Amino acid sequence: MEQTKKHELQALAIRIRLAALEAIHSLGSGHLGGALSIADVLAVLYGEEMNIDPANPQWPERDKLVCSKGHAGPAVYGTLAVKGYFPYEELHTLNRPGTRLPSHCDRNKTPGVDMTTGSLGQGTSLAAGMALGDRLKGRKNRVFLIVGDGETNEGQVWEAMAFASAKKLSNLVVLLDWNKRQLDGWTQNVFPMGDYVAKFQAFGFDTCKVDGGDVEAIAAALARTRNGGDKPYAIILDTVKGAGIPEVEQMAMNHSVTVNDEQYDRWTAQLNAELAALEG
Amino acid sequence: MKIVYNGEMDSRLCKAVLGETIPAIAAEDPDVIYLDADLMSCIGTGKFAAAHPDRAINCGIAEANMIGVACGLASAGFKPIVHTFGPFASRRCYDQAFLSGGYAKNDITIIGTDPGVTATLNGGTHMPFEDVALYRALPGSTVIDVTDPNLLISVLRQCVNRPGVKYIRVGRKKYAKVYEDGSEIPIGKAVTLREGKDVTIFAAGVLVHEALQAAAQLEEKGIDAAVLDMFTIKPLDADAVEAYARKTGAVVVAENHNRNGGLYDAINQVLAERCPVPSCCVAVEDAFGEVGPQDYLQQRFGLTAAHIVEQVEAVLRRK
Repeated sequence: MEQTKKHELQALAIRIRLAALEAIHSLGSGHLGGALSIADVLAVLYGEEMNIDPANPQWPERDKLVCSKGHAGPAVYGTLAVKGYFPYEELHTLNRPGTRLPSHCDRNKTPGVDMTTGSLGQGTSLAAGMALGDRLKGRKNRVFLIVGDGETNEGQVWEAMAFASAKKLSNLVVLLDWNKRQLDGWTQNVFPMGDYVAKFQAFGFDTCKVDGGDVEAIAAALARTRNGGDKPYAIILDTVKGAGIPEVEQMAMNHSVTVNDEQYDRWTAQLNAELAALEG
Repeated sequence: MKIVYNGEMDSRLCKAVLGETIPAIAAEDPDVIYLDADLMSCIGTGKFAAAHPDRAINCGIAEANMIGVACGLASAGFKPIVHTFGPFASRRCYDQAFLSGGYAKNDITIIGTDPGVTATLNGGTHMPFEDVALYRALPGSTVIDVTDPNLLISVLRQCVNRPGVKYIRVGRKKYAKVYEDGSEIPIGKAVTLREGKDVTIFAAGVLVHEALQAAAQLEEKGIDAAVLDMFTIKPLDADAVEAYARKTGAVVVAENHNRNGGLYDAINQVLAERCPVPSCCVAVEDAFGEVGPQDYLQQRFGLTAAHIVEQVEAVLRRK
């Protein structure tokens, strides 16, 4: 990957973090940890990999994203705002009465959100159905599915993975946000799920594991998923819950986080400094 | 639409009707797609699936995933028809139907076969007396209890093009013939099967036949009972309920379902708000199902014409 492209994607990831943080701070609290852990993959998807048109969010041939960990809505909204799906200032309406930006993703409310999610596990079957439907309609697009590692406790996830494999949905790319934490703490303590690479391979997926904070590695893994074939794809993203804001990474519990003005100023200053360093 | 009831059974099994109607609808509309959870052989759609693998998707024994997949297909532009047995089409996948379907506005048609006592030899585990209650509670839903094969054909054709989550409960075996072949029976409108002035029996599903038998027995006792087919449990034809409550002044509801949350509750809402008259029901008294032939189960759970006659006489004493 060219250095300029890499810096562009890194900058987009920072802008997504800033946007998600701004949305959550405007309300005072929100699902910050799990939003930050997917900022890098969202940057690569919307900055490089996905074939989309922000001016035409209902274009049937577009690539689609299902963020099955629907509580990461603020990261998705941040991405869509930066990409111009709706005015950036609208991020300040997060979870306010009548908002188009609810806590969990809603395809009927937010321009650019491709599927409604929130009850964990359900986005996986929806994405499989979307991928099957697009294939049956003869579309050449792909469906990208972000799944949380805690979310994989839900049995429906594995029903959907078995289905995707049985139906050879090679237009489906599963992106597992392996951030190792869930609401009640470390997944290793709450509900350990074992080896995800082995699991997805056993389910019949073309599987790889990459550093989920490395846009170049994510982009390379995603480029491989353009090859079609007869297997769905799984990319295990080795991520950090709260990634990009060290104080959030280090919190004992960072699933739902309150953000006061002083924290907001300090964290945005850090992110803006990184952005300035990248962009010279 | 013409009513041709004479107490005789329709010669067709409803599973055969499903096995013909689903492929027929799919042949007419390229957006119709059918999904099943390893029960295609139970409704005779296996041949269709073998010939058209892109139009009939066997999802295996994984109902929650099947509903989610159907909803994803709906968002991609399809009109899914989903089938499994009633308990698995309701309890087993309710959150998926509720959120991935209703809340997300993915329009799907769900067929739950063998509701209530029609589950017979599959027994209590397979005998939903609560599926109507669940689907009534889903905003924007349509809930149908099938009366006979011709009504099944008519409502299935309407459901595929109707918004929201549509739930159709139907037994796979034979029903008494009520409607003429080719009848078009609009969803949302009650059908007056028999006029009467003393009491109204609002019935649905397999209890329609029992209600008509009861009305004939009541006539011999000098009681003039109206019988309405309430096959659309939601949206309920509240105007018809009000009109017949006013006209007859007493109501009996007959349903193959728990008395909690089904047609009886739906009708009592209308009565309470618009026209309070004495009402009572022939329905399952807060019980689980059990195994047995259907005639035994109808006796066991009090769902026969004789039970309806008893309840009519009881409600008339309160008039």
